[in-house]
Amino acid sequence: MIQVEHLVKKFGEFSAVKDVSFDVQKGEIFAFLGPNGAGKTTTIKMLTTLLNPTSGKITLDGLDPSHEKHAVRQRFGIVFQDPSLDGEQTAFENMELHAVLYKVPRKVRSSRIEQLLKLFELWERKDDYVKTFSGGMKRRLEIARAFLHTPKILFLDEPTLGLDPQTRNQLWTHVKHLNESEQVTVFLTTHYMDEAERVAHRIAIIDHGGIVAQGTSQELKQQTNSDSLEGAFLALTGSTIRDEAATSADQLRQVAKMWSNRR
Amino acid sequence: MSAIYILWLRELKRYVRSKAQMVASLAQPLLYLVALGFGFGPVFEKSGNGDYRQFISPGIISMSILFTSVFSGIAMLWDRQFGFLKETLVAPVPRIQIMLGRTLGGATVAVIQATLVFIACLVVGFRPVHWELIPLAYLFMMLIALVFAALGTAIGSVLQDMQGFQLIMNFLVLPIYFLSGALYPLKDLKTGMKIVTRLDPLSYGVDALRNILSGIPNFHLATDLALLSGVAVLFLGLGAWLFSRIQL
Repeated sequence: MIQVEHLVKKFGEFSAVKDVSFDVQKGEIFAFLGPNGAGKTTTIKMLTTLLNPTSGKITLDGLDPSHEKHAVRQRFGIVFQDPSLDGEQTAFENMELHAVLYKVPRKVRSSRIEQLLKLFELWERKDDYVKTFSGGMKRRLEIARAFLHTPKILFLDEPTLGLDPQTRNQLWTHVKHLNESEQVTVFLTTHYMDEAERVAHRIAIIDHGGIVAQGTSQELKQQTNSDSLEGAFLALTGSTIRDEAATSADQLRQVAKMWSNRR
Repeated sequence: MSAIYILWLRELKRYVRSKAQMVASLAQPLLYLVALGFGFGPVFEKSGNGDYRQFISPGIISMSILFTSVFSGIAMLWDRQFGFLKETLVAPVPRIQIMLGRTLGGATVAVIQATLVFIACLVVGFRPVHWELIPLAYLFMMLIALVFAALGTAIGSVLQDMQGFQLIMNFLVLPIYFLSGALYPLKDLKTGMKIVTRLDPLSYGVDALRNILSGIPNFHLATDLALLSGVAVLFLGLGAWLFSRIQL
């Protein structure tokens, strides 16, 4: 479903992703693990048409994301690292807008929205503004929305960041369920090893822009002689802490938080 | 097409739902109308230019269109920071449609806002000379709104943070307003000022509205129409190009 060969992305002199190759089978849940700044999000951006690779080849469901953008976009759903909902609209309106943008046929639109909102336990709140939702509710709505146009691939970029264990648990239960019932291929990144171990069929560990190991969590543990995935991860990536510089978006979000509680 | 519609609708919903913003953006034009209208009124009349309220009202209506439409474009900054922009940019929809939906939405909101200001002007004592020409005035209002909503989209596409917003406000929006003849007649200006005011697209919008609503012409209506349409096409092109280049 996803084939990546010798993928490279350079920003000026700096190589964010260097010579990454992997394959994800149809219906598989594939986890991408790595410390901050390892190249996870850059890779997702290239897979999802938001960035063009410097070199290398990507094939998604037989299509090239840098040339057949619209056809590729129709085939995947994405939940970004940071929220991407419209707080000034209701949950239902957010879903409806997505359905229109992704050309979900009018006949099935309402029923599909209802089915997904019910599944993610948001149906009672469908007419409330999203700005009144908790972090967990927003995340559930985003995942429900990503499933709306029946994508073949679902990208989840650190979807459980900042959520409590209950919400995380429920979220993965839903994702697993939809993976099985709709045969959706899932590509996810996370910092929580237990989540990767629990849901992912296969795991790739990326560091400094390159894949250092891939396989099932069992294989990774054996490879490093560790008794946990966390141990394997640390053995492969070392224990140095990576600090990311704050972007202008992060700074503005801080200001916005101070100024208003409207969103 | 439906993508343009749903994004246009979103802009309208946002406007209708934020009553506070609606009232707040009425306050400024009203302040100008009352403070300047009654403050400068006597001097203006003594110099033989007639009723200042008749003169200034079309200018105040133009100002509200300018501010509302440019700000609707700059509001993209929030969508960028809060991520909603990303949702629209990864959708399988050509970016031009997304840009058009947003821009047309912003322009529509500006015309609605202008209608409220128009009503406020009537309350303060403004009287259009030809009521039957109101539809023509609306044509020009829409054109002004389109010009500046497109400009707003162009600016919003390149702005990264709030600091830039102050820069745009002080070095672009306010000069466009103060140099447009919204508050004073352009006809007897010195050469330098004359050139500057003629380079300001809002001058032609103000002139058209003042011509139609108050019967005080400076340029030709045909000139106004041609120039505004030209600038609208130019800014829409610029906005579409800059919007298509947004990287996340």
